[in-house]
Amino acid sequence: MTKLYKALTAITALLLVYGFYQAWYVAPMEATMGNVQRIFYYHLPSAWVAFLLFFVNFLASVWYLIRRTDGADALALASAEVGVSFCTIVLLTGPIWARPIWGIWWTWDARLTSTLVLWLIYVSYLVLRHYATGGQVPVLAAALGIFGFVDVPIVYMAIRWFRTQHPQPVIGGGQGSGLDPAMWVAVLWNLAAFAMLAVLFVWARYRQALAERALEEAYIQAEGEAR
Amino acid sequence: MSATPTLWNITRRSLAKDLRLEWRSKDAINSMLFFALLVVVIFSFGFDPTAEESRRIAGGLLWVAVLFATVVALNQTWTRELRNQVLDAYRLSPAPPQALFLSKTIGNFLFVAILEVLMVPLFVVFYNLRSVGPVWQLLVVALLATWALVVNGTFFAALSIRTRSREIMLPLILFPISIPALLAMVDATTSILTGDNSPYFWMRLLAVYDVVFTAVSLLLFEPVLNAE
Repeated sequence: MTKLYKALTAITALLLVYGFYQAWYVAPMEATMGNVQRIFYYHLPSAWVAFLLFFVNFLASVWYLIRRTDGADALALASAEVGVSFCTIVLLTGPIWARPIWGIWWTWDARLTSTLVLWLIYVSYLVLRHYATGGQVPVLAAALGIFGFVDVPIVYMAIRWFRTQHPQPVIGGGQGSGLDPAMWVAVLWNLAAFAMLAVLFVWARYRQALAERALEEAYIQAEGEAR
Repeated sequence: MSATPTLWNITRRSLAKDLRLEWRSKDAINSMLFFALLVVVIFSFGFDPTAEESRRIAGGLLWVAVLFATVVALNQTWTRELRNQVLDAYRLSPAPPQALFLSKTIGNFLFVAILEVLMVPLFVVFYNLRSVGPVWQLLVVALLATWALVVNGTFFAALSIRTRSREIMLPLILFPISIPALLAMVDATTSILTGDNSPYFWMRLLAVYDVVFTAVSLLLFEPVLNAE
């Protein structure tokens, strides 16, 4: 690992600690929800980071189909894996908050449903990567990555219409609308921390994917020479 | 036989070949039909609907049955071309890959359309269905929805033939992407059957979905066919 990576790891650790401090000690107590609301400081940054990573996956997939570089494919893989991890955090922290506040773990609300569908799409991307064999994996994965990303706006439209047509089962959307400025500070610090964390993970996974590939090629070459 | 090898000509030839093969073997259509019949019967055990209730759930049941049956047909689309290296021969030929994709998609569209024509009477009989809304709207929804399932399905079937356990792979990658289309076809059908809501938003959404994914499939089919 490079010096830069170590330095970034140190900065990320500091940011995470400071973000924690902001979220738990500095941000004011929410009037009606109490401490439960503080999970929001992890929920929202994770969501933004996940969406950003899925966008990176799309760009890397397009880039791979144009240029066919190993790096683009490794980046697509890394961003999808880390993106799915952060999206999983979103889907786990949501119900933990919803249970005491709404009284239910899950509701088929527009935002929840579209996040779940997004998660399903990118899990299927990882499943394809896992099951596909041989040298064509990057092309197939890139194609599916593009399909998945193109689907996102359609999913969003469909589910919004689906939900506006039916009565809302629970009142209590729009929590981002009335956020206290002091709460915004905590959100932004945690967003910075999570974004850095995502960069570190993607970077490490990217390097690992490239190393895997180099190793495979070395094996093939060694086998060829042995014959 | 001296037609110029344009996209359309090759598409037509390839489609005619697929239809002739299917006409002689009836592999896809028989297995789809029997599978769909089984799904309809098993669903009716699960729900036991009255006429009023059946209008509300029939849209969902019908399209889920069609979706499952479509997967059965789609899995057979490309495996036929793997035997005797037909697909490799196609790669070497100067024929445009889009022609192959279009012919397969149109072929699957016809199979699924025939399936629907045979299955709808079954639904009407088993679930005592009568539509409140106009029937021509159901026809438009059926055409748009079938294309939506088939265009992505044919593309993803081409993806999944290169994977281990390809039969299970196809639904795993097809269903998540198809969720908005499924939502649209089910809600459009239910809106028409019950006459409660206007189906026009869903019909438009299906049309958008069809156009977008047909374009993306045609764009990306060449690299997928030539992947190796």
